[in-house]
Parts: sequence; C-alpha cells; structure tokens
Amino acid sequence: MGVGIEVRDLNAWFGKAQILKEVNMTVGANAVTAVIGPSGCGKSTYVRCLNRMHETNPDAKLTGSVKVGDKEIYGQGIDAVDVRRKIGMVFQKPNPFPTMSIYDNVAAGLRLNGFNKRRELDAAVESSLQMAALWDEVKDVLKKKSGASLSGGQQQRLCIARALAVQPELLLMDEPASALDPISTGKIEELIFQLKTQYTVVIVTHNMQQAARVADYTGFFLMGKLIEFDKTEKIFTTPSDKRTEDYITGRFG
Amino acid sequence: MHNMSSPGASTTSLSKPLSPWRRATNVGFIVLASVAAVLVLAPLVAIFGYLLYKGIGSINVAFLTATPKPVGESGGGMANAIVGSMMILGLGSLIGVPFGIGAGIYMAEFGRGKLVTLVRFTADVLNGVPSIVVGIAAYAMVVLPQQHFSAVAGGVALGIMMVPTIARTSEDMLLMVPNTIREAALGLGIPQWRATLQVTLRTASKGVITGCMLAFARVAGETAPLLFTAFGNQFWNLNPNQPTAALPIQIYSYAISPFDEWHKQAWAGALILIVLIVVAVSAVRFVTSRGTMANNA
Repeated sequence: MGVGIEVRDLNAWFGKAQILKEVNMTVGANAVTAVIGPSGCGKSTYVRCLNRMHETNPDAKLTGSVKVGDKEIYGQGIDAVDVRRKIGMVFQKPNPFPTMSIYDNVAAGLRLNGFNKRRELDAAVESSLQMAALWDEVKDVLKKKSGASLSGGQQQRLCIARALAVQPELLLMDEPASALDPISTGKIEELIFQLKTQYTVVIVTHNMQQAARVADYTGFFLMGKLIEFDKTEKIFTTPSDKRTEDYITGRFG
Repeated sequence: MHNMSSPGASTTSLSKPLSPWRRATNVGFIVLASVAAVLVLAPLVAIFGYLLYKGIGSINVAFLTATPKPVGESGGGMANAIVGSMMILGLGSLIGVPFGIGAGIYMAEFGRGKLVTLVRFTADVLNGVPSIVVGIAAYAMVVLPQQHFSAVAGGVALGIMMVPTIARTSEDMLLMVPNTIREAALGLGIPQWRATLQVTLRTASKGVITGCMLAFARVAGETAPLLFTAFGNQFWNLNPNQPTAALPIQIYSYAISPFDEWHKQAWAGALILIVLIVVAVSAVRFVTSRGTMANNA
C-alpha cells in the first residue's frame, strides 16, 4: 500500500541560488499527484528532495521537514540510502544499466542490496515486468538482450519495473514521458493509472494535458514557490490564483 | 519524379554525376586515409614478420622446457625466463591493477578540488619518469632492505610503472559513463561504494580493461627496471623472493653476447615475448567479455 507525504517549510538551494521557497504540501496516499510549472520553477528539485536525491549534488543544501508515512526522512540518524530504497524514482531520460541484461536490470536493486535468492529474484523480476506492462514483450529475451537494446518507450518501462522491483512505498517520476513518442507516452500514462492502486505516485510533468489526464491532485510551482495545490479538476477549471490561470491558459511558460 | 517533388526543386541534382573536382578530392582523401592506415600497420607487421623469420628456427621443445646452457655448450632454452617473466608480470599486475583502478575511481568519482589535480599531475609525471629510475626506486625500496634481488622487487618496479597508465585511462573511461546511470543506481537505494563498483565501473569496464592491457603490454618488454631488481637467473627459480630470470633480461644479455647461437636464441626469446603478450591480452579479453553485455547488443 502507498503512504502519504507531509512536506513542511521546505527550502532548497544549489550553492547560493535558492531553488525552493517555503513549500508546504500534503500528498495523499494511493493517489497520483502532478507537479507542473514552467522550466526552472524547481519542480524537479522538489521531487528530488522527497527521496533525498537532492543532496547527491555537492552544492546542495536544504531545510524543512518531509514526512513519508509517519517517518521524517530528514530526521537525525536516518540514512539517505535507506530512504531511497523505500522510494522509487523514474528519471526523465530512460537510464537502464547498459552492460546488464533486461533481467539483471530489474534485479539490480535487489541484488546490489545483497538479496540473492534465485527463485524469489525470478518471481520479483516477472511481477515487476508484468506491472510495468513489459513482460510480454521481453519474456523470451530476458537474459539474452541488454537493457539498452530496447526502444526508448520500452527502456522507460524497464526503468519503472526496476524501481518497482524493490517494492517501494512511493514512486517519484521526473518527466517520465518527455523523451518518448505519443504511443509510448500513452502506455506510461495507462501504467501510472494502474500503479496508483498500490502506490502513491508523484509525477513531474511539463505537459499540462498529461497532468489533467493522470493526476488526482496537481500542484503549480512558479519560481520556487508552490502557488496553488488542489484537486486537478479545480486547478484546470477554476484556479483560485491568477498566476495559475495565466499558466494553464498558456499566457506564459 | 513527378508530383512528389516541390516546385522549383531540381530533380536532376541527385542523379547528376559528381563534378570532376569533387570526385578527385574524394579519391584523394580515401587514398590519404588508406596510406595512413598502412603506415600505422606497417611497423607492427614488419617487426612481427622479422621476428618470425629470425626466431622461429630456434624455437623447439628444448627452448621452451630447458634452462640456459653454460657458454660453449649448445642447446638449452629460456623456460626459466618465460616462467620468471610471467611471475614478475603477475606480481606487477597485482600491484598495478588495483592501485591504478583505485586511483582512477578516486579521481573520477570521489575526489574534489586540489587533491584530484595533484593526483592527476603526479600520475602524468610518473608516466614520464624513465623506467630505469623506477627501477632504482624499487631497488631502494625492496632490494636494499632485503639485501638480495628478487621477483618481488621486479614486480614492484613494473607495478609502479603500470599505475599511472591504468589510473588515467580508468579515470577517462569512468568520466564517460553518463551521470544518469549513477543517479539510477543511487535512486534504487544502492550504497555509493557499491553503485560505483558494480554499476559505474562495470559500465566502464571495457575501457578500463583496455587500459590495464595497455599498461601490461608496455611493461612486459621493460628491461631496465629489472636489471637491478629481478636481476636474472641462469637456473630454475619459482620462489618470488629470489633472483629470477626474465625474458627481456635474457634477450638483452644474449643479444650483446659474442655467440651466434645466443643471438638466434635472443630472436626466439623476443618472438616468445610478443606471443605471450598477445596471448595474455586475448585471454583477458575473452574471459571478461563474457558475463558483461556489450553496450549496444
């Protein structure tokens, strides 16, 4: 089952540039939450703060609190590696491990965390690929073909399967379809719709139609601030902030 | 050639023959590139061919299984030098490969600021240090304290020479791995040391192995640093802590000797040395190419 997220007073910096300013957001469990906004508004940085990927950049700084379920992920003595293990992430560009087979790609998260039971690995690989709607296309070449040999859309579904294989409580997606063609994008969106029965999904997108199609809730970011956060329907029909309205009607961005 | 073409576009330009000038430059550059390729290959083919011509006649069972005969007796071989070279190169690789790859990982993945620049600069300088100087260093570090020559001392000398080449190629190859791959690994909750070794290094493994092979092949022919470290030996020795024969030393002392038969054996020794390097490099390539998928297969 998915868990909710409580973000309180989140500020983030790269060097001296402040990227996020006082962000507060409550993300519901088992729902899809979209983060939209113009380029450079901090939406990617925002999701990278939710699984402590932000701090992998040496210049990064952060204050505030993020609770996933009932756990404070920036709490004292909390290991960033443990946090990331429980929160899956899918990136903008498909990034399968190029020297690994399809099977090894999906199994990587489990194996490299020391999990090595053959039969259970097989089962985890199959169910993850099923869930990512890729199983039927690759089941005969699991160990023969490298992850990099698949098409772009297939690679991205492979990356989703890889993230799901470690059984995360939460799935973060940073513009997962922006490098894909419309048919692959459709498949990914369908997939997101199904994933929310088991996971909480936060998706960054620069495509407003996509947000309207897949998300239950939508947050609009502008220059590092969360301007408005509400039900998707409300944001796209009767936004309460003028800036949100300007953005979704295409007046800027 | 009808309604598909837009008005004004000339349909003949694609089928028109090239102008004589373009045809001539095209042929000219192909010839230049081919000549360059031949010039690169020629020395290798010439050396190998000449070694075969001069050396193959002296290679027989005795050459590969017997130790050198004293001056004046004919026959004998370089078996002890072949085994000794393998031993010294093995010891050198044991030092050079882990330290070289480790330094490469440090420079590409973990190091920041001035220390990296210092390590990189040191590696480049070490790469330019004459091999005989490295030999003297190994002499001072290993031979003097122990008061005797040994294969270990030779291995230390060759290992030190391998480090900079391996470190710099490993660094370059690791830096070619896209950052998205590192992020993918970290995003899965894999600890950084593990992500570095089993994802980043694995992705760069082809190039890193090439660097190791390059360094190996380069030091395999080194004579100077072995002269006063491994020293050479006319007899069988399998104890790494004793003076040990090596092919380059044996080739050197036979080549400058006044005896015709020794000259022939020196040619044969040089041929065996090259064959050994080719076999070792091919074997490593074969073993490491399995288990890792080709990048775009």
